[in-house]
Formats: sequence, structure tokens, C-alpha cells
Amino acid sequence: MSQRLINWFKFASPASFYPLAGTLWPWFAGLASVLCAVGLWISFFVAPTDFQQGEGYRIIFIHVPASWMSMFIYCVMAFWAAIGITFNTRLSGMMSSALAPTGALFAFLSLWTGALWGKPMWGAWWVWDARLTSELILFFLYIGYIALTSAIDDPRRADKAGAIVALVGVINVPIIYFSVKWWNTLHQGASVSMTKAPTMATTMLWGMLIMALAFWMYSIAIALYRVRAIILERERHATWVAELPEMQR
Amino acid sequence: MNAFLAIVRRDLLLAARRKSEVFTALFFFMIVVSLFPLGIGPESATLRRIAPGVLWVAALLAAMLSLNRLFAADHQDGTLEQMSLSPTPLALLVSGKVLAHWLTAGLPLVLLAPVLGLQFDLSARSLGILMISLLLGTPVLSLIGAIGAALTLGVRGGGVLLSLLVLPLYIPALIFGAGAVEADLAGLGAGGHLSLLGALLALGMFFAPWAATAALRIALE
Repeated sequence: MSQRLINWFKFASPASFYPLAGTLWPWFAGLASVLCAVGLWISFFVAPTDFQQGEGYRIIFIHVPASWMSMFIYCVMAFWAAIGITFNTRLSGMMSSALAPTGALFAFLSLWTGALWGKPMWGAWWVWDARLTSELILFFLYIGYIALTSAIDDPRRADKAGAIVALVGVINVPIIYFSVKWWNTLHQGASVSMTKAPTMATTMLWGMLIMALAFWMYSIAIALYRVRAIILERERHATWVAELPEMQR
Repeated sequence: MNAFLAIVRRDLLLAARRKSEVFTALFFFMIVVSLFPLGIGPESATLRRIAPGVLWVAALLAAMLSLNRLFAADHQDGTLEQMSLSPTPLALLVSGKVLAHWLTAGLPLVLLAPVLGLQFDLSARSLGILMISLLLGTPVLSLIGAIGAALTLGVRGGGVLLSLLVLPLYIPALIFGAGAVEADLAGLGAGGHLSLLGALLALGMFFAPWAATAALRIALE
């Protein structure tokens, strides 16, 4: 048991994680492109046209995985934040800050595609639906995290402050979701239920799952790539960085 | 407990010596609330409908305006460092500071809100509910705000950053606070909203001083 623990903590050091991330990220990037190609092919050519929504429904192949990822990445960010606070590891903070832009990107993507989908389906670019609203707030939380960590010059302090924001945010996300949901039902606005849908064809479901997997792989690849850049930037005065083959040139 | 009361007393005394800061936030609240009828028009039916939201949003902004001074002065003159070294848990002292902040920034809003509510043609009953919702909600604003204030201590562009961090977290309080008055206007009863607001307050009282303390320790490193 203790042997295994030591093995895990070995990669908590930026010096040993940097080459590991370097070997891993091209694999994830490759998987992401293959899965994305397959997923897009299924979603555009194989999946049948929806008899109610027509061709426009195909945007969900991007939209749904993007919103899943935006929520999931926030949880992963909070996980690394918690690890960073409890074990005081430097790499955890770097992972959090490497994930944040991707999460914000997916939140934005899901809002954008949601608007594109909403216009033909609901006849409005934006409705104050509980899901849309909480996704918007999630986007704000990402922006707050990024703004705070980039405003603090000392990277260690930025990581720790960011960790607290991420943890406070993750506690608040369910509260915000339920409050928005209840607010929405009270107002009885233009609420169109998206909750009771999933009687979709199997090919559609497959397309969506493959796209979700592709987004997963993309997120892992880009996070590893970005964390490598962050490691180099922060450890540029360390000897092991100077001894790297790519630094010799 | 003595230290807690001493902190509250000290912060209240400091606020009393610098009255202008307290009154600036109050007048800001009044001005923001009074701008809405000018922008929207004087029909009392419309005003009655938007009143809870407008009053709550203005309270949110006014409470946020005064958050900057929660820790900044103590950080500058080193008092905060001494506090973190004292044998009393820092979380307790932070709670004292938050309570003092609420007494100087939140409670005046609660007392002022019914007067401003009259401008919006709210009934006496709605004004009462508005007061109760603000009474339960403004401490939540101070508690969550303390986390943000501690995190942005001594950070470039702290003021704007603070609003970016804190305002999304204020949303549940806004929804339940304004919702209580609206539910009452719609004849649904405000009990549920007020209970949830109370639950938020209980959660915040437990967790927020703790998180703010962690953030302060980071700022003091």
C-alpha cells in the first residue's frame, strides 16, 4: 500500500510529471481527433433526421457533450483544488489553472450552440430556462476563477486563492442550480421542458456518446499540453528545466 | 467570546468615527433604487411588480460596495497579522468583523428598505416581508462577501475582481429574497422562500468564516 502511495506522489512533482504529460498528450490528442471524426460522421450522415426538429437537432451532438464537459471540468478543477490545499502540492494548482480555460470554453460553447438551437426550436435565442441560466452562472464562475488567478502575481498564492474560489464555487453550484430551477417554476416563463426527452434513436445516442468521449479526450490532451507550458513557465529557473533536451537547442 | 465582542465593538467604533463611508453606501442604495422608476416610468402597477427585484439588486450592490473596507485597513497597518497570531481562533475574529460589517452595512439597508418600498407603492404587508427577507439575506451577503474580500486582499484591481467573484455567489440569496416578496404578492405565501433564506444563512454562518480565514491566511503568507 505504502509502495503504491509513493508511486502516485512521484508524479506530483512537476519535474517528473512534465515528461509523463509529454508522452501522454499526443495519444489523447490522437484519440480525440479519431473519435471526433467518427462522432461527426455519425451525427451528420448516419443519424436519421428528427421528425419533429428536422436537421436542426444535430447541434445537440456538440451542445450536450459541451455542457457535460463544462460541468464535469469544474468538478475536476475543484478536485485538484482540494488536493492542492490538503497535500500542498504545486502541481495540483497548475492542473486547476490548466483546466479552467477549457471549462470556460465549453461553457461558452454550450451557451452559444444552445442559442443557435433555441432560435429554430423555441423561437428565441435565449429563454430564462433553469439549465441555461445555471450554465451562464457557471460560465461566470469560470471567469471569476480565471480573473482572480491571473490578477495575483505570485503563482503559489494565485493557486491557493483559486483553490478556495473553486471549492466555494463547487459547493454553490447545486444551490444555484436548485434556486434557479425553483425561480423558473415560480415565474412560469417560457419554460420548455428538456428534461423528459430521451426517447432518441440509438444511433443518435451513439453519436452523442462518441462526441462526449471525443471532448473528454480533447480536454485531457489540452489540459496536459497547457500544464506543460505552465510548468515550464513557473520552473524556468530550475536546473532540470535547463537540462531538458528541448532547452539545449 | 470576549475577543469576539471586542472585535465587534472596535469595528463599530471605527465605523462610527468614519461615518461618511457608511452613509455613502446608504445613499448609493437610495440613488440606485430611485433611478429605476425614472428609467421605467411611473405606472404604479409596473413598479409594484419590479419593486422586490430592484430593492434586492440594489441591496446586493450596496453591500458589495462596502466589502472592500472589511479587511483592507487592517491588512495595511498590520492588525490582521497580529490577529492571525493571537491565541483566539482567527475564524472567530473574522466572524466578529463580519458581524460588525453587517451591523454597519446590512442593517441600515434593512431599515431603509421599507421607506424606499413606499416609492414603489408596496403594501404594508409586502414591506414587512421585504424587511424580513432582507434581515435574513443581508447577513448572507456579508458572509459570502467576506470570502471574496479576503481573497482579493492586496490584489491588483481588487474592487472589480471582487464583484466578479462575489456576485454569482449572491444569486441564490437574490432569488429567494426577491422571490419571498413576489410569492407573497402572488398570494402564494412567503414561508418557503424565507425558510430557504434562513437555511442559506445557517450554512453561510458555519462555512463562510472558515473559508474567509483560509483565504486570509493565504493573503498573509
